[in-house]
Amino acid sequence: MHAIEVRDLVKRFGDFTAVKGVTFDVDEGEVFGLLGPNGAGKSTLIRMLTTLIAPTSGRATVNGFDIATESDSVRRSIGVIPQAMTSDMELSVRENLLIYAKLYGVPRERRTRLMAELLDAVELTQWADKPVKNLSGGMRRRVEIARGLVHEPRIFFLDEPTTGLDPVSRVAVWEMLRRIKAERSLTILITTHYMDEADRLCDHIAIVDHGELKALDSPIRLKASIPGKNVLEVSFIGAPPGWQARLEALPHVEAASERDSVFRIATENGPVTTQALLEAASAAGVTVQSLSVQSTTLDDVFVHYTGRALRDALQEGPAHDFSYMRR
Amino acid sequence: MARMWAIIERELRRFRRSPTLIVISLVFPIVQLVVLGYAFGGNVKHLKVGIVDEDHGLSAVRIRELAGAVAANARTFDTMPYADPGAALTDLRDGRINGVLTIPPDYSRRVLSGDDPRVALIEDNTDNFVTATLASAVGSMVGALTQPVAKTERVSTDPTLDVVEVYPYVPYIQYLLPGSVVMSIFMMVMIGGGIIFIDDKARGLHEGYLVTPITKFELIAGFNLSGTIKSVMAGAVLMTIGSVIAGIPDPFAPLRLFRLFVVIVVTAMALISMMFLLMVRVTDPLVPRAIFGVLNTLLYFPSGAVYPQQGFPPWMRAIAVVDPFTYAVHAFKCLLLKNTGFAAIGFDLLYLTVFSVIAMTLATRLFRRTL
Repeated sequence: MHAIEVRDLVKRFGDFTAVKGVTFDVDEGEVFGLLGPNGAGKSTLIRMLTTLIAPTSGRATVNGFDIATESDSVRRSIGVIPQAMTSDMELSVRENLLIYAKLYGVPRERRTRLMAELLDAVELTQWADKPVKNLSGGMRRRVEIARGLVHEPRIFFLDEPTTGLDPVSRVAVWEMLRRIKAERSLTILITTHYMDEADRLCDHIAIVDHGELKALDSPIRLKASIPGKNVLEVSFIGAPPGWQARLEALPHVEAASERDSVFRIATENGPVTTQALLEAASAAGVTVQSLSVQSTTLDDVFVHYTGRALRDALQEGPAHDFSYMRR
Repeated sequence: MARMWAIIERELRRFRRSPTLIVISLVFPIVQLVVLGYAFGGNVKHLKVGIVDEDHGLSAVRIRELAGAVAANARTFDTMPYADPGAALTDLRDGRINGVLTIPPDYSRRVLSGDDPRVALIEDNTDNFVTATLASAVGSMVGALTQPVAKTERVSTDPTLDVVEVYPYVPYIQYLLPGSVVMSIFMMVMIGGGIIFIDDKARGLHEGYLVTPITKFELIAGFNLSGTIKSVMAGAVLMTIGSVIAGIPDPFAPLRLFRLFVVIVVTAMALISMMFLLMVRVTDPLVPRAIFGVLNTLLYFPSGAVYPQQGFPPWMRAIAVVDPFTYAVHAFKCLLLKNTGFAAIGFDLLYLTVFSVIAMTLATRLFRRTL
């Protein structure tokens, strides 16, 4: 049995379809990432799976329970860290954990042990009696992680857990999640628009764009699934007509494209193609303005499957933010 | 029910750490009680009356002496003699004086001949309170001129009215106190149950609860009971402070305190249930702030807290009939001003209880377990 099974899940808000028939499975014990820009439908998807909004059609099970008909059992099985910081700022770290332990009906002796373990796991024992409002953003996120685990859930949902955190705090949260997952045999579903986060944390990644699932595999396989092992990004001064075709003809090149005067060249052999490119430019009297060679990244994967760069999609902002809409 | 208690515990822990909320909910009703109580509670004094004596006869002198006596003793008005009627009227129109008492040239002659003697009071009638006070004071004064010097009958043959007051004199500040207690409860309900509830919802705090196995009823009951506890605290504190400020006789009699506590609890439950019913589908934090003034006016003033309901137009009396403030204010008036028992406030308690049950049932039905 899969920890999460999603079949043809659809969510419409009026005329707008936020999630368009998504299907995937999440195995027990894995970290599964939903990667996509804001407005791609990731949060809507996670809200359906955590019973916060009802799907328009399709079905899904979480820990074997149907999200539509067995929502209470689903809630008992999951821990959820919403995108917004939802801890009580006026209460201490310990009080936040205590209230949620009671909301989940954790017996007194078990919650005392669990709270101590969790405070230790998120390295907040010495801050336990401080009000959450006195903590940094990264520490508050750690409070939320501990709070989401206070009833020992089987499956843990995190909606963009490191958004707004500085790079050091982000890395600290990643390490904490990896350790907690290993210690507690958790299944984790995480949404993110950070490629490095998805790359480093996830066993499987689903690329989501405009409410559709564009690709799903392990990070290594996703990268291997697109042409080229390296990507050259080059800009020229005085590139003649037909220059893209000349670039495609260079040794080991599998594909070349041009956008905003920057050529992206996917190649099986970066060093050899680079050498040939410089020689061709010199012979044609074209000046190389900038050149970078890099290994294939998830951004390249995103470009390949969606036709646009993730960073561009992020800059476009959410095409439709329907998170505020009510059923 | 353990989950409901978790909500209550969370709300009360937060409340304990928000002294500002406690102060705000008490300051407004206390300020209102003191300011309105003393502003409207006293008699109007030291109005300015210009006296234009065009007669200068003995009877005119008597009127001027009587006016001087009122100015020296009751101090309802001060007199200012005018030689020129035109100047007096100009001062009246310019607001420098409140009225002009004119004694016409043939007044004394008419008094002596019994030929319908008249004096005139010209008033600035833009202020009804001043007009009524002045007319009453001058009317009494002129009436005194016509009183016979002495009566010889041992038993009066004329019918008379003896007024017997059941309770000691009730100053206006005491009359206002019941409304102020209800207002303090309402303030806490509005801030704690309205504004903070919607702010929490907008910040996503409720999302945290909704992913737990808590039921709709547990959630609403938790919010309702915690709101009731906070509002009861506000009402009890204001009743204690207000009773001392207003000078309620024997304010801490145990039995009366117990009855007052019951009314405070029932009132708090009714108002918090009403607030959740109003806010159950609201998501915009501006809404509770925007309707605060409207609700305050719609509930407080028709309740009879500041003015008797018998003076209201029919549409306002209709509001008063359904307004929970009406029943709470009536119950508090009975207990604070008349020291009655439960029999006098039974219907008030029944109405407020039924109102709470209906409002909470509707709020629970309308509450969405999803976002």
